[in-house]
Amino acid sequence: MSATPAGAGLGGAGLGGSILSVRDLAMRYGEREALREVSFDAAAGELVAVVGPNGAGKTTLLSILAGIQRPTAGSVSRAPREVGWVPQQPALYSKLTVAENLALFARLEHVSDPQDAVARMLEQTGLRERAAEQVSRLSGGNRQRVNVAIGLLSRPPVLALDEPSTALDPGQRERLWSFIRGLAADGTSVVFSTHDVNEVQRYAARALVLADGRLLFDGSPAAFLAEAGGSGGDFEDAFVSFLRARGHR
Amino acid sequence: MISLLRKDLLILRRSRLTVALLVIYPVAIALLIGLALSRGPTRPRVAIVNETTPGATVEVGGRNVPVSGYADQLFNQVEAVPTASRSQAVAKVQSGDVLAAVVIPHDIAARLSSDVSQAHLEVLYNGNALEQSLVQSSLNSALAQANLGFSEQIQKAAAQAIGLLLKGGNLGVLGAPPNLVGLSQIPPLLRGVIARQPPGPDRASLERTLVFATFAAQNLTLSKTVLSTISQPIAVHSTLLHGRRTPLNTFAVVVAVSVSLMFVCVLLAAGGVALEREEHALARLLRGLISREGLLAEKALLAAACSFLLAFAMLAGIGAFVSLDWSRVPLWLAALALGALSFGALGVSIGALAREVRAASLLAFLLSLPLAFLALVPSGSVTGGLYDAISAVSFIFPFKATLQALDAAVNQASPGLPVSLAHLLGLTVLFGALARLGLRRLD
Repeated sequence: MSATPAGAGLGGAGLGGSILSVRDLAMRYGEREALREVSFDAAAGELVAVVGPNGAGKTTLLSILAGIQRPTAGSVSRAPREVGWVPQQPALYSKLTVAENLALFARLEHVSDPQDAVARMLEQTGLRERAAEQVSRLSGGNRQRVNVAIGLLSRPPVLALDEPSTALDPGQRERLWSFIRGLAADGTSVVFSTHDVNEVQRYAARALVLADGRLLFDGSPAAFLAEAGGSGGDFEDAFVSFLRARGHR
Repeated sequence: MISLLRKDLLILRRSRLTVALLVIYPVAIALLIGLALSRGPTRPRVAIVNETTPGATVEVGGRNVPVSGYADQLFNQVEAVPTASRSQAVAKVQSGDVLAAVVIPHDIAARLSSDVSQAHLEVLYNGNALEQSLVQSSLNSALAQANLGFSEQIQKAAAQAIGLLLKGGNLGVLGAPPNLVGLSQIPPLLRGVIARQPPGPDRASLERTLVFATFAAQNLTLSKTVLSTISQPIAVHSTLLHGRRTPLNTFAVVVAVSVSLMFVCVLLAAGGVALEREEHALARLLRGLISREGLLAEKALLAAACSFLLAFAMLAGIGAFVSLDWSRVPLWLAALALGALSFGALGVSIGALAREVRAASLLAFLLSLPLAFLALVPSGSVTGGLYDAISAVSFIFPFKATLQALDAAVNQASPGLPVSLAHLLGLTVLFGALARLGLRRLD
């Protein structure tokens, strides 16, 4: 089956040159196919949402982009070091301070000037005042900001975020998205997975709809609504109808 | 790897309670095990009621052996608590003041002197089945030692009586004539008389008497030897076929240090790897920032270095109180280093399997404690099949090999140090490979 959906709307090329190209990705766990011939492109500064029900293959796709897993087949145009990785759970050392966490990963990433990178990320995330605070004392929102900052230490052209707003309250979520949109505005291509279809509608330039490892749709949220035929522009209704129409719950 | 090492040291420095527990707990356990091994059981505290009349004796061949000698023998074998009466002894046993009471009855002297009735002692004790078993065991041993000592006194008295019968003189027994001729003196006297006697029936009778006297003197001489043989029929000479004679206290030092080395190293290594998973950092690290082998090596080496320093400090510290051969320090270091590495490899393999630090610590603890005890089970204390199974388990884990290596390094015990070090090296590779397998899973 072709990975290019029938209803493909805007592609990465539509927003400028493709900065990330994924071709025919497949992933098998024994008999189970987690991903089946998934292909898409992302342009610089583009916010791409990967959405789908549980077990659709969202985390598998992002972990392949980040180099955590090797695909059974297919290719990713960017090396793992060129993709900033922000896992769903903040991957931080709670006994270290914010600055120490950033400095550690800057050194592990072989960033040319770790101290400068730390200062830059503290500034960018608005955490300069809390640099000396142990991560264990931070709120969930601030931890997620440090988590994102670590993914950005090496100034990657692509940032992959796995459900970044999970477990955040609305205020924290709003601040996080403001930050991520700022990154995209500065030219970083952001690929994020989410369960919250409202986030797709509000923040994403493109949506990739996955179910059972297949890419069912690649296009703008508006194009998705048009294709799914949701009543009154309700994205969630449209999403559920779209999946049901294709035999998914 | 250096950055990760610095990070782990920083985390350790900030986890003071954990580090303190990690050091204090194994050292305390190790010292307790060491003390338990090096100190033999104390003498049982026993109430002794001596109902015999002061000065009562057992008569042996006209010689008198004071019965108090038996009580003295018993006093030497136990922590004796002289008690005036049986009822007081019962009260002391019931209150737990003493483990048991021994009543030496008033008629013991008469019974010992009698040819028909055996002398009896009364032993009183209570407590649960385990205490009863322990008390019976230690008291039986003490009574056996006292019996042996007392029988030696009786044997000596009997031997003296036989000696006097052979040599003659004044027997010192009431009613015995003074200056008696000894049995061994009769044959030469008779020979003189026979030589002066003309042939005839009197001379023939004297010659028959001479034959008897000679035979009796020879056999009575032999009976002295027989008596000493009966008092202790089998003498034991022990020969050590395997290993050097290791003093119990220096072996206890080796056990204590090995236990500390194992606990600190295994817990630290297991916790270090599990912490990466618990903090969700494992996937981030292993996406190209560090290799799996590098991560495992860093955790194992850090744990090995910390435990090595602690164990060496412990060995050196104990060395101030126990006589150790300091010229063998390079061998100690080799044994400690390889032991620490193999424990580190075991620790990281446990950490690679666990999802969180608490689970890793529990698993490490549950595995380490039985390993230490299994390695100390002596052969012959359990059935052959069970001992083989215990030996097999001990062989595939590093504790026994470390114990043997350190015992060889400190006490020159067998098997030699090279064999144990090679064993530890093999176990390090084995557990390192298992850890690498366990780290395939990232979540």
